[in-house]
Amino acid sequence: MTADVRFELLWPEFLVAGLAFLVFTLDFFVRPARKEVLAWVSAAGLAVITAFTIPFLLDEHDTLFNGLYRVDSYALFFKVVSMGIGMAVILGSIHYVNQRLTHPGEYYAIIIVSVLAMMMMAASGELLTAYLSLELLSFCLYILSGFAVSDLRSNEASVKYVLLGAFSSGLLLYGIVLMYGALGTTHFAEMAVVLPDAMEADNAVLGRLLLGLALLVAGLGFKVAAVPFHMWAPDVYQGAPMPITAYIAVGSKAAAFALVLRLFYEGLQPAYGEWQLLIAGMAALTMLFGNIVAIVQTNVKRMLAYSSVGQVGFLLMGIAALSPIASNALIVHLVGYSVTNFAVFFAITAFYNATGKDDIPDFAGLAGRSPFLAAAITVGLFSLAGLPFLAGFLTKFYLFSAAAAEGLLWLAGVAMLASLISLYYYLQLIRRMYIEETPEGEASVAVRTPALLYALIGAMALGTVLLGVYPDPVMTAIEGATKALQIGQDYWLPVGIAAQ
Amino acid sequence: MSTFEGTLLFLTIALPFFGALALVFFPADRHGLIHWYTRAIAFVGLVLAVYIFVTFDTNGGLDKYTVDFPWLPVLGIRYTLGIRYTLGLSGITAPLVLLNAIIFLAGVLVSWNVTHRPKDFFVWLTLLVSGVYGVFLSTDLFFLFFFYELAVVPMYLLIGVWGSSTDFRAQEAFEGRGFGGGGKYNRPKEYGAMKLMLYLVAGSVLVWVAILAVWAEARSVTGEATFAIAALADVEYSENFQRLFYPFFMVGFGVLAGLWPFHTWSPDGHVAAPTAVSMLHAGVLMKLGAFGILAVGMVVLPDGAEWWAPVLIGLGTVNVLYGAVSALGQRDLKYVIGYSSVSHMGYVLMGLGTLEVIGLNGAVFQMFSHGIMTGLFFAMVGIIYERAHLRDITVLEGLGKRMGVTGAFLAAAGLTSLGLPGFSSFVAELLVFIGTFRTYPILGVLAVIGAAITAVYILRLLAKVFFGPISPRWEGLQDATKLEAAVGGALVGVLLLWGLYPFRIVEIIDSGVKPLLESMGI
Repeated sequence: MTADVRFELLWPEFLVAGLAFLVFTLDFFVRPARKEVLAWVSAAGLAVITAFTIPFLLDEHDTLFNGLYRVDSYALFFKVVSMGIGMAVILGSIHYVNQRLTHPGEYYAIIIVSVLAMMMMAASGELLTAYLSLELLSFCLYILSGFAVSDLRSNEASVKYVLLGAFSSGLLLYGIVLMYGALGTTHFAEMAVVLPDAMEADNAVLGRLLLGLALLVAGLGFKVAAVPFHMWAPDVYQGAPMPITAYIAVGSKAAAFALVLRLFYEGLQPAYGEWQLLIAGMAALTMLFGNIVAIVQTNVKRMLAYSSVGQVGFLLMGIAALSPIASNALIVHLVGYSVTNFAVFFAITAFYNATGKDDIPDFAGLAGRSPFLAAAITVGLFSLAGLPFLAGFLTKFYLFSAAAAEGLLWLAGVAMLASLISLYYYLQLIRRMYIEETPEGEASVAVRTPALLYALIGAMALGTVLLGVYPDPVMTAIEGATKALQIGQDYWLPVGIAAQ
Repeated sequence: MSTFEGTLLFLTIALPFFGALALVFFPADRHGLIHWYTRAIAFVGLVLAVYIFVTFDTNGGLDKYTVDFPWLPVLGIRYTLGIRYTLGLSGITAPLVLLNAIIFLAGVLVSWNVTHRPKDFFVWLTLLVSGVYGVFLSTDLFFLFFFYELAVVPMYLLIGVWGSSTDFRAQEAFEGRGFGGGGKYNRPKEYGAMKLMLYLVAGSVLVWVAILAVWAEARSVTGEATFAIAALADVEYSENFQRLFYPFFMVGFGVLAGLWPFHTWSPDGHVAAPTAVSMLHAGVLMKLGAFGILAVGMVVLPDGAEWWAPVLIGLGTVNVLYGAVSALGQRDLKYVIGYSSVSHMGYVLMGLGTLEVIGLNGAVFQMFSHGIMTGLFFAMVGIIYERAHLRDITVLEGLGKRMGVTGAFLAAAGLTSLGLPGFSSFVAELLVFIGTFRTYPILGVLAVIGAAITAVYILRLLAKVFFGPISPRWEGLQDATKLEAAVGGALVGVLLLWGLYPFRIVEIIDSGVKPLLESMGI
């Protein structure tokens, strides 16, 4: 928009990239026994950058590189969320990494790079930038999921993730190409301007447009593991190192939905009628399929994988409804889902660290062995199922109301049914922990939670409760963030288009 | 804003809720302390409820019970959904709040023998109670639903961890009768817990759909988002909309009320539950369902309620007969009571279905009266089970010789159940019968037949289990302790009080029912 690009607005991105290189470099100078210090440097670095970013970008509203890159409250919100997620994962990984992984320097540094990618995804104002940042995130996750090099499952996870991820990238790119062919632009704001005309145009253009849209949805569907593009998720979740599973479940979804929401809200809204049913149908399918298949899982990571597939269905519902309330609801659900999933995943990581087991029957009698972990998992699962006083109840109520308000009551009904199904398999795990006794021989293995994980799990569980009863600060922040989406597309249009 | 009376309502919910939270931090091995602490909470709750009930103003002074706390817009989610934390009291809810307080205290007192993780037990139990209060007192659908779920959730663990399984195979192995024939019967407590949970949450899904439908419809009609029941009731919904969504309320809440054919969770759940939970569940939680149909479904969608009333009253009649006939065939003492609850909830549903003032009065009175009665029933059965370690009525014989006090109270509950004049159920059921005869006389006849069947299974049960020759196996049984006897006596006292002097409570209920019917335009 303006001739001189305000590069200084990119300070947070530069700092995060610098932090990643700092950790890479420090890795050479830290003795193997003291690698833990790298985790602390990474986490502290992200904390400092977060503390710097919030006041620095608070009231900024600008666009860089002629509309490619946005600096607004929406991007800021997700910058903070991404760095928070990164910090949580790094802190939650320390014990796991010390026990089971080699090359901690690369591990932490790659996480930081992926945080950078997440920050960029929420800030992209254009399809190719979005694609590039999405790929950056995906590459980091490919590496991270195969990080347990001596574990065959981890290798399998990584290969599977790379192959299917590359395939989906191809779809996504082809979709972008077709969209560009039909619309002549890849900028979200410009797309919204030309879309109405394109839909009135001849069949060739419309065909390209719809095919492009379908491929775009399919490609993004792969990335967020929406049914029928979810096949990679269970294997990757099960094979990847435990903290990385949490990261994929939380971080990649948060970032992907940040991008998808902006794309649909700013770019594709005029074609609402063309894709609403598609997304709504995909949402219904995803939430039902994910939750039904989760019932028969015997491995807790696979169960959570399918459960998170189901959660993607709920999130897609927010896209299908696409209103100011729905976008607020989508983001608050995303935040609640992140905090809750971290509580569950870290608790399971702590259990795994102590026992080396992660099948559902292994959790028998956990309430007696470690009341804290059992309680944290229960809080998390109850929240995921949407029970009151926990984040899940509030965010689901909000999200379902938003859908009902947009005439998608049937989808809200399906979502409630899916929640009911999810309650069943969550209760199975809770039954193991509280009602069954620990088998003989297992009981002697103490389940001790290190102080750091204890604090982290406690904080996440507390966050789950707090968000359920006192969502005010988070809601205020989200309202501020989504305002940026509603400010009006004119603001973002590059000079040429705006003049027309 | 909150008036003095409003603050009392607020405290009624807050006391058990924060009481439960505080209990979490108690040392788990100080059993005595935990018991006394919970009793204190229950007792203070009862004092509050009695005060609210006694000072209740039937002359339309309901405004003074309003709560609309200033902290709630800050704390609640106001963002464009229109949710507020508001509480209110009516003539319908006042007796139900009292009922909850009575059953809670009674349940805590008879739980003196809970020694397995008592802290966790009382935390969940107290949370459940605060959820029940919340449903009765909330006047905002969001919070009503919120508390409704809160009242349902603790059930799973309460039953799963502290419940008991029904296993006649073990009994028959003991008797040397083998496993053959019809005696092969095993219902683990996990089964009851899971079934109950899934049924109730499925019901709440229907309720949720209906709530959102009503909310969205009202929002599109008036342009204003609100969950306040009173505001939603003022909206003019189209006839088709009402007819479409009223069944969601009716069946959704009906599941919890034991509405046939969605009642099967209730006997299984009650049987598997520990004594205090059975008491609360049959005594109070099932009333939440009936209360929901009345205070939400009928109030918000009156035309739908009118259109579906014949179905509701018809299913209620099936409840009465089906429950009674099923109770005839049970071997497990608790299953008899469980099916009798299904049968008695049928009277409540019938009363609701009459949609006229006498029938509704009867329904609400029956909720109260059945709550006390079934609480007494389960308390006494719990005492027997605790001593004899089984509940099989083919084996329990002549207990009256050793357990005279228990037997007397069980007999009192039984006589209430079959509608003996002098006990409050007589008045309540009479009102329901009158209401039914004035609307659907044939169903009224069937309901009276149901009462006759009740007499058969109750009297047969009493005769078999208490009177008659004692089996030598039961010679060593201890009777109810003083505490248990006091609880039983108090519950019988309540039944007699409202049975002999029903005027005040009916007056209070009437003051709630009349405006409700007026607002429905009937």
